[in-house]
Amino acid sequence: MGIKWDEILITGDPIILGSQIAILLTTLGIIGGLTYLKKWTWLWREWITTVDHKRIGIMYIVAAVLMFFRGGMDGLMMKAQTSRPEMSFLDAQHYNEVFTAHGVIMILFMAMPFLIGLMNVVIPLQIGARDVAFPQLNALSFWLFFSGAMLFNIAFVVGGAPDAGWTSYFPLAGKEFSPGIGNNYYAISLQIAGLGTLMTGINFIVTILKMRTKGMTLMRMPMFTWTTLITSVIIVAAFPIFTVALALMTFDRLYGTHFFTVAAGGSDMLWANLFWLWGHPEVYIVILPAFGMFSEIISTFSRKQLYGYKSMVVSIVAIAVLSMLVWVHHFYTMGSGALVNSFFSITTMMIAVPTGVKMFNWLFTMRKGRIKMTTAMLWSLAFVPNFVIGGVTGVMLAMGAADYQYHNTLFLVAHFHYVLIPGVVFAVFAGLYYWWPKMFGFMLNEKLGKWHFWLFVIGFNVTFMPMFFLGLNGAVRRAYTFSAESGFAPLFLLSAIGSVILAAGFAVFCYNIYWSIRYADRNISSDPWDARTLEWATASPVQHYNFAKLPEVKSLDAFWYMKKDNEGLTLKDEEIEEIHMPSNSGLPFLMCVAFGIVGFFLIFEWHLLAAISAVLIIAGLIYRSFDYNDGYHIHKDEIKKTEGAWRKMEGKVNNHVS
Amino acid sequence: MKLKMLSLSLVTAVSLIFLSGCEMVVFQPQGPVARSIMELINWSLMWMLLVVVVVFGLFGYIVWKYREKPENMGYEPPEEHGSTVLEIVWTAIPILIVIALTIPTVTTLYDLEDVPAGYEEKEPIVIHVTSADWKWIFSYPEEGIETINYVNIPEDTPVLFKLTSAGTMQSFWVPALGGQKYSMNKMETELYLVADNPGSYMGRNTNFNGRGYAQMEFEVLAQTDEEYNAWVKEVKETAPELTEEKYMELLKPTHLGRLTYSNTHLAWINHAEHDSELVTDPEDYRYHGYQGKIFDQEEEKDTTDVENNEEDHGGDHSGH
Repeated sequence: MGIKWDEILITGDPIILGSQIAILLTTLGIIGGLTYLKKWTWLWREWITTVDHKRIGIMYIVAAVLMFFRGGMDGLMMKAQTSRPEMSFLDAQHYNEVFTAHGVIMILFMAMPFLIGLMNVVIPLQIGARDVAFPQLNALSFWLFFSGAMLFNIAFVVGGAPDAGWTSYFPLAGKEFSPGIGNNYYAISLQIAGLGTLMTGINFIVTILKMRTKGMTLMRMPMFTWTTLITSVIIVAAFPIFTVALALMTFDRLYGTHFFTVAAGGSDMLWANLFWLWGHPEVYIVILPAFGMFSEIISTFSRKQLYGYKSMVVSIVAIAVLSMLVWVHHFYTMGSGALVNSFFSITTMMIAVPTGVKMFNWLFTMRKGRIKMTTAMLWSLAFVPNFVIGGVTGVMLAMGAADYQYHNTLFLVAHFHYVLIPGVVFAVFAGLYYWWPKMFGFMLNEKLGKWHFWLFVIGFNVTFMPMFFLGLNGAVRRAYTFSAESGFAPLFLLSAIGSVILAAGFAVFCYNIYWSIRYADRNISSDPWDARTLEWATASPVQHYNFAKLPEVKSLDAFWYMKKDNEGLTLKDEEIEEIHMPSNSGLPFLMCVAFGIVGFFLIFEWHLLAAISAVLIIAGLIYRSFDYNDGYHIHKDEIKKTEGAWRKMEGKVNNHVS
Repeated sequence: MKLKMLSLSLVTAVSLIFLSGCEMVVFQPQGPVARSIMELINWSLMWMLLVVVVVFGLFGYIVWKYREKPENMGYEPPEEHGSTVLEIVWTAIPILIVIALTIPTVTTLYDLEDVPAGYEEKEPIVIHVTSADWKWIFSYPEEGIETINYVNIPEDTPVLFKLTSAGTMQSFWVPALGGQKYSMNKMETELYLVADNPGSYMGRNTNFNGRGYAQMEFEVLAQTDEEYNAWVKEVKETAPELTEEKYMELLKPTHLGRLTYSNTHLAWINHAEHDSELVTDPEDYRYHGYQGKIFDQEEEKDTTDVENNEEDHGGDHSGH
């Protein structure tokens, strides 16, 4: 097999050496801390083996926040490198690795798990269910994502980071022009994480279609549930394309096939098409759940039902259909001809129509409302104008002929950050502030939240607004430096300053989490926002069986009317029945380890070792096939005790929500 | 008060940026192709500005008017489900705007495929562009000239650039003269550009292709007819000859300054042809980190077979 031991660790770069030391120390610190506090069994029992959708959701969110930090550091490094002309903070190779990592991590290991995490926590509660349809599959989804994410994250210290961009275009990403193993990391780790996402999609489709509580018809589902359903459909439609593309990429890179190579009849254009056939729907996979969250939050804090519910549903379905029909707009410049480009210009611009409908519906939800300026609502409000800027520049980019001047410039970079940051990042922050009390039983500090909000939003605009103008002046994306004569320097510097403000906002967010865990008031109502949907009809934090008695739904905004009509809020002792719940399982975590090992060996092209350890995966599958554990029952006494505890202390709304 | 100062300084900053916008290269077209794109961009900007003004205005009005205040804490918002009429209105208006944008987009897309209007009479100059890591190679087949990292063209004359690549994918962009197009190995894409006036314009690659990408720039020098002809003559007389060996050396992943030759590489290889050989060597791309296995690029036997048997060209390769 010929393992080249001396090449495994990346050496010779002080930043990377520092990271290696930091990673080592952090790992030792975590292991030492857990041992010292005797928390290993707790970790294993309560978290690693859990199949509870709420805990899995929380683990997704924790991982996403960590990845946000990593991706954000990459972003800051890029901003530092381009803050002045001819900077020599990073060299070209290092910059290429950094922007590749930034893109992949932010989209696939930050945005996706953050949203999936919130979906996990909220969706079963919103539809009045006790868990997702396949709890253990759900745990496997998380652990596969985690396995892929960890593999991808170690690339820059072990073996070499991918350096062909998050789009990994061939022929550059092929062995012909990237003979190092860096891009194997891309192919293998995204494949593993992608499997997890595909399973999540299937799981949520089944959960939402089959597990809604009595009376919750499709048209009575909360908007976040609707967007999650449609997102899951897009996942199931689009991710297999990526799976295939990555598999073909793996064959090309590991076994010398010629699907995407330039030599021997491969086609690099095929990769671009397959990538964006997945990649564009992927954009809507991250944006639609965010739309759903904004719908919930805007409605709650305006104290009004969502305006135009039906047209909202029609819009998301229309967006989902159109999302599969626009992929060529990512490469109008490939020379497909006027007819093809015209077709895709039109389909792309058509997306503006349902999106516009949604925008006006949100505005009219607030009209005649009483808008409460909580942190969650501020994020949702800021989303509107910022996303409109992203949207209108999106329409400009959609116009094929005009795109010839915008393509691959910083104008494009500014556009997609104006779509993804207000659309996704603002949404996950809004969602986190909104559902935090539901997850943990205390609130995030509102005052710190507002600092977080203003710093982040101002920093975001100062960072990305200049890029529109830089792009129109000819500055291109992914260039690690620029000359002084170009005249780009002032705006690049402004953008770098903005990124520091943005980072300060994120720091306040982290401090807020720390502060709130230590000092926040634990004695809060289970419904602190006076909300409208079923997740607020149960305890905070939610007891592991979710609902002692499954709620019955008679209309949209079910919980709002339950409160209004004072119906179904109390629980009588005779209504309590034993509840059937799924058992914990260590198998998903073991599969994570097995996939991680096989993936690592494949990345290093140690085929024999990979083949041998693949036995672990097969063994896991066989074990699962003979797993007849069908859960356990919670006794009435335990339910009585749990329900009694939270129903008695139903209390005042905490005073720092003002 | 603080907020006012902040918003004031923000407004100043934004308007400063807008003012400097008049100098941005996309809005300073130096030829008919770039001009037609700029007109399309301006048309779209007008509509988009309208959208922004309407939505921002409505947003500001609603949020300000219906915000929670101590006085209206007792106000309970009415139950309201929607309005079919309003929803139809805000579906129809975006559709009309999309139509208003679609028509000029499509016509411009078709126009850009051809010689720019008004220049049909003039015989276009054909220049083959070969992009390689990390340089631009320009071949003038009629004049028999090859230049690297710069290209001279006569003013007011349509130039047909035939784009291809010796390896990775690049995008050829001269923003002052027109939009961009990809150059790909074993493919040929075409782009017409015209320069109105003599002048020097920046051109560059916009499609990321590895370590040397940031510096992959070239200069387009538009000259008067006399200057251009004099330049062609001078090059033919003084520039050295390019050999095949030397050309293969040029294709290695390096940065080169400007070079000029009095013949073209098209005599040996046209990378746009479907059965052209990939002449780059993966070994030249090795960098830090763990190195993977490299595979044979082409089936050597296959290529030699084709070379020996001219008549089988094309058909032989369709089986790949």
